[in-house]
Amino acid sequence: MTEALLETRGLVKRYGPHTVLNGIDLHIAPGQMTCLVGASGSGKSTLLKCLNLLEPIDDGQILLGEEDISEPGRDPQPLRQRIGMVFQSYNLFPHMTALENALLAPRRVHRKPRTEFLPAIEALFERFGLSAHMHHYPDQLSGGQQQRVAIVRALAMKPQVMLFDEITSALDPELVGEVLDVLRQLRAEGMTMILATHEMAFARELADTICFLDGGRVIEQAPPAAFFTAPEHARTRAFLARVL
Amino acid sequence: MPTRRELYDRAQRRRANLIATLSTGAVLLALVLLVPRAPGWEAVQRAFFNAEIFARTFPGLLQAFVLDVAIFAWCAPLIAVLSLALAIARDLRAPAFTPLRLAATAFIDVFRGLPVILVIYLVGFGIPGLGLPRPWNSPYLWGSLSLILVYAAYTAEVIRSGIDSIHTSQRAAALSLGLSEADTMRYVILPQAIRRVIPANMNLFIALQKDVALLSFIGPVEIFRQAGVYKSLMANFTPYVGAALIFLVITIPATRYADYLMARRKHD
Repeated sequence: MTEALLETRGLVKRYGPHTVLNGIDLHIAPGQMTCLVGASGSGKSTLLKCLNLLEPIDDGQILLGEEDISEPGRDPQPLRQRIGMVFQSYNLFPHMTALENALLAPRRVHRKPRTEFLPAIEALFERFGLSAHMHHYPDQLSGGQQQRVAIVRALAMKPQVMLFDEITSALDPELVGEVLDVLRQLRAEGMTMILATHEMAFARELADTICFLDGGRVIEQAPPAAFFTAPEHARTRAFLARVL
Repeated sequence: MPTRRELYDRAQRRRANLIATLSTGAVLLALVLLVPRAPGWEAVQRAFFNAEIFARTFPGLLQAFVLDVAIFAWCAPLIAVLSLALAIARDLRAPAFTPLRLAATAFIDVFRGLPVILVIYLVGFGIPGLGLPRPWNSPYLWGSLSLILVYAAYTAEVIRSGIDSIHTSQRAAALSLGLSEADTMRYVILPQAIRRVIPANMNLFIALQKDVALLSFIGPVEIFRQAGVYKSLMANFTPYVGAALIFLVITIPATRYADYLMARRKHD
């Protein structure tokens, strides 16, 4: 097994008496694309929020490289800079242009003037075909454009890992393609990615590993070819029968 | 050639305009005809709408109103700063800031809970009563402070409601980028929150401009006091009507502007 870039060991998350994640073991190698699939409420989003330390965990460990980033008392801020996250509802800052959205975190975190980051970030907009929209406000952009800006904003911090939380679920069907194209491009460039997704065709085409979550556990974990054609578990088969 | 639908819409509009004009005219006509028939109309007309007294006192009232505007002008920025500090202090979560949070909460509770005039009396007479030397016994100073305390408490609550109205997903997005809590507040939450509560705060500042008149109770001869002086001199209430008109010239456009801002609300 290759060295993991991101790993969870026995991760447990509870909301009150309700156990949402009940012992998750994940092993994400560098450059891999992992798709989390499962019914709504199976814990995919919660898992991603835990990985980005937006939600405290109740037991287990999260390792980034060699480091245990879930150690109680650790300052999450520098760690979040290394893990990018994109949300279902884009969450762009509405009072800033697309460019300012992407510049904010690099400027404030590294405390340097905008000129320091401008060329690299303009290049990012260029790379994802968004140059024409750099100076637009979020409410002047389509959903697909907003989501692509949100991806650029996360990439601007040069994260080691990118987390995507059902980023196409809020989009009109005809806009899904342009966002998935960005993911394809990132995959080709070797970005390590974890996606919670309902886009089964996309997962099948591009994922290295599919993890099926059910009842707060990873029930089945396999490369897409095996996962979609020969699922081992009855619950996986039932899920696939519903979504395919 | 207009379509049948266009012709119909045009007829509808004409009908609506006609009804609005007729009903407004009827109400005005009734007022003009009925009010002068009231038994005290002659006396009221003499006491409140005396053109000659109006002309004689209006310049003096206008001059006195400059003081109202000046008091407003130095109170408003101080209120803005203090209320922002209070709103942020009330939202501090770190345990080290508990005393600050409690102090801000107590401050807001006290000054929102008291009538403005009572604060002006207590502060405006009480503090100079300590026997402070000039200029520290000035009613302008302590009167202004009373207004600042009360209005900062109200404005802080409005700002806080603005902060609370920003969805938590904005905070999550900012934190996920690696921004600190303080930077998240400063660059992401506050700019949106403040923009959102500008109309509500405009209304508070209009109320402040009116409440400046309350300082007359502790001394300053601003417009309300000046109108009172004229009333006593001339045994006529017309100066009060003049003062009312001067207030309305300022407050009605300001209120309309606040409504306009409320309706516009771009980029949020």
